[in-house]
Amino acid sequence: MNQHPVTARQVGLCACHTCGLLSKWKRDHAGLTCPRCSSHLHLRKPDSIARMWAFLIASYLLFLPANLLPIMHTNSLFGAQSDTIMSGIVYLWVSGSWHLAMVVFIASILVPSAKLLALTFLAVSVQKRSQWDPIQRTNLYRIVELVGRWSMLDIFVVSVLVALVQLQSLATIRAGHGAVAFGAVVVLTMFAAMEFDPRLIWDPQDDPR
Amino acid sequence: MGLSTLIACHECDLLQRRVPLANAGVARCRRCDAVLYRGSSSEDSDRALAYTLGGLILFLIANAYPIVALELQANRQAASLYDTVHALWVDGREDVSLLVAFTTLVTPALEISLLLYLLIPLRFGRTPSETVAVLRFLQRVKPWSMMEVFLLGILVSLVKLEHLAHVEPGIALWAFGALIPVLIAAAGAFNPDDIWAKIDHVA
Ligand SMILES: [Zn+2]
Ligand SMILES: [Zn+2]
Repeated sequence: MNQHPVTARQVGLCACHTCGLLSKWKRDHAGLTCPRCSSHLHLRKPDSIARMWAFLIASYLLFLPANLLPIMHTNSLFGAQSDTIMSGIVYLWVSGSWHLAMVVFIASILVPSAKLLALTFLAVSVQKRSQWDPIQRTNLYRIVELVGRWSMLDIFVVSVLVALVQLQSLATIRAGHGAVAFGAVVVLTMFAAMEFDPRLIWDPQDDPR
Repeated sequence: MGLSTLIACHECDLLQRRVPLANAGVARCRRCDAVLYRGSSSEDSDRALAYTLGGLILFLIANAYPIVALELQANRQAASLYDTVHALWVDGREDVSLLVAFTTLVTPALEISLLLYLLIPLRFGRTPSETVAVLRFLQRVKPWSMMEVFLLGILVSLVKLEHLAHVEPGIALWAFGALIPVLIAAAGAFNPDDIWAKIDHVA
């Protein structure tokens, strides 16, 4: 058994991002396409980190309005009320559904902020060519990919409430600007995670400069 | 050297030799534990087809009937999936409306119909003409199908409304609940590597 792990790139091979087929990589061929599925071939996702930063910065900018602006306005006989994500969680908590309050807290607050921090950490560590525990960092990336979608939860809650609570004079619920910002954060962080190429985590130890 | 006997891990680029697998086997990367490929059996695509057809029926039911109804002082309001998208649109939240439509209606509908486009001809031993484009598209669109998150969203909103009014789960809610495990089973049985391999043989 060979002691040193051999990567596809070290032996001049390139795996297709779409179908996994290995092709010989030619340095001067910029527009190389996969012979099987005709996807563009790249050794690594192109401009991965730069694009990731663009999405991350946009997410950070929208993160505050997403959490501070109301995601929902309620008008009822008892008066008007505006809810942010956090006040919605508090409402669930005090009305006795503490387990659902936890679920929404995890999906809407914990996951998005942890995801932003995790992606930032991955981008920085790859940029600094860190060799710190690649397995742990790969696992971190997998968790981010797995849980990110669950942040859409509050958007869906608001949309169901808006559709249901249209009881003419009794009560109406409308979506607020916070919902737009929050939806944008979820989508942007998903794009950021998709741009990340986990092979960059392993490159510094495989090809030390 | 035959390149087809080798595989590069898509998460760490480690080059490894392909080994034949038993039916339910999974090959994982020696270094980072990523799933490299799965063992295939001839029944896989039959099972995938059966689950996807079941998913199609459940999806149609989930869209045709109301998800929940709300009753408050002789006022009754029922909402289907389409109603939620529509209510956001007329409320002036076109952006959120499109996001909800895209993740709960358009993407799942595309996923189900494109899987059927691939699986039905394969059942009869033919490879559909747009196979490559469809496989590429399915891979891209997959993360945006969020029906399981939507189901949890319905449940949370039901609990929120429980204190205010009488809520009544509709047929579509049960259909949604059944649809999610069926679609997961379909995705589990569907093995794109098999189809890529078929394309290799044709070419
Ligand atoms: Zn390819
Ligand atoms: Zn690997």
